Amino acid sequence: MNGVPPVHWHVEEAGALVTVQDRGRPGLAHLGVPRAGWLDPAAATLANRLLGNQEDCAVLEVSGGGISLRHDGAGRWVSVTGAGCSVKVDGAARGHGAATWLHPGAGLRLGPATRGIRSYLAVGGGVDVEPVLGSRSTDTLAWVGPPQVHTGSVLPVGPVTGAPPGADVATVRRHGPLRVLPGPRLDWFGADVLHDLCTQEYVVSPSSNRVGLRLRGTPLERSRPGELASEGMVLGAVQVPPDGQPVVFLADHPTTGGYPVIAVVLGEDLWSCAQLGPGEPVRFSLG
Amino acid sequence: MNTDRVRILPCGRDGVLVEVADAAQAVALARFARAAQVEAVDVVPGAESVLFDGVGDRSALEGLVARWSPEAAATLGPLVELPTTYDGADLADVADVWGTDVAGVVARHSGIDFVSAFCGFAPGFAYLDGLPDGLAVPRRATPRTRVPAGSVAVAGAWCGVYPGASPGGWQLLGTTDVGLWDEARDEPALLAPGTRVRFVPR
Repeated sequence: MNGVPPVHWHVEEAGALVTVQDRGRPGLAHLGVPRAGWLDPAAATLANRLLGNQEDCAVLEVSGGGISLRHDGAGRWVSVTGAGCSVKVDGAARGHGAATWLHPGAGLRLGPATRGIRSYLAVGGGVDVEPVLGSRSTDTLAWVGPPQVHTGSVLPVGPVTGAPPGADVATVRRHGPLRVLPGPRLDWFGADVLHDLCTQEYVVSPSSNRVGLRLRGTPLERSRPGELASEGMVLGAVQVPPDGQPVVFLADHPTTGGYPVIAVVLGEDLWSCAQLGPGEPVRFSLG
Repeated sequence: MNTDRVRILPCGRDGVLVEVADAAQAVALARFARAAQVEAVDVVPGAESVLFDGVGDRSALEGLVARWSPEAAATLGPLVELPTTYDGADLADVADVWGTDVAGVVARHSGIDFVSAFCGFAPGFAYLDGLPDGLAVPRRATPRTRVPAGSVAVAGAWCGVYPGASPGGWQLLGTTDVGLWDEARDEPALLAPGTRVRFVPR
């Protein structure tokens, strides 16, 4: 790039699941390719805006224990949003939800999440790994996209296109009930199924991941036997497998599925599914 | 127009699920909608439905579905011939189910004109429609932990080819070395819905 030396991140320690994410790759579901993309869009795009990046610049989605990396090349602004975590540059504490300068050779450390599950780390110019099928997102179901970020990964950083604009306010968000629209497969359950879904308190299962938020509660009972013919699934679909425990499909959900979907969570509430941890309570309400 | 078997179901704020009679109708409707430049981000055929997701104008979509005739012949895609070595571990079991011998399985399977109905399970894994009703086979009682890439297999009323190595419970008939999935291609899936498929013994 015009003789400007490249900028890289050398990952010195990565937690259980660190991936590159952008808006994902919708439009390929008919080929069996999950959309992928950041699970908490508001947090991820805020991280970009804090730096003057285009909103769709690729960021790191950090869950399960944080990340340490060394910044190699010209200095850059970074920002951390989403799940609360400590942010340190060369051991000195920095703010969450604000632009922070990384000087050449700086060591950046994000601690494990203390509130919420997924933190977003953006850098001026974006994480510039090679796009796959039009997106830099890693899909963890079929592993389409760039590889998972591991200890030892080297990540290119893209050319800067903007500067931190000054104030951008991170609004305080609170988990409310997940608002749903009914359908399409209510007729596979009794007449009370929506009432049963929306009046009980569920608990988040530890087996939740980027594919789905898995919940535990009083099982929803089917009114008809047999198998549903495989059909397309949407983001936010509340699918009910034979055990009656609902799963809310998130970005890496399978593109087709064979269990009935009784409702779909509104897009605005999906961030909550990204930030609720094992054992936390969840409710649904009619949107 | 016969709308008896066409049912439009809500699927969230931006999705519409259209239920049809069978896989052939699903492919036909999906291809009809794409040819008519439907305003949707995703058009996903299933076994007996088409999901339209990211729909801009719901009433325009419903109008488009109303203009589609389930009886009209589908405009299918290109024909892909897959050279296949019939050396699968489950040939004998399938021969038993079909009431024939291994040569009979090869003759019947390679004589069918399949159509890719929909994808799922893995990128580029196509559910191929075309097995006659009498030739449905059960899945294996115990799935294999690893099925090699290129495996040609059948289960239920479907035929499929594994694009990459994966666990799998389908009955293995043979292998092909044609690349089914290539992210560098303009069309990464060789067997996108609507593609006609024939297996050629070698």
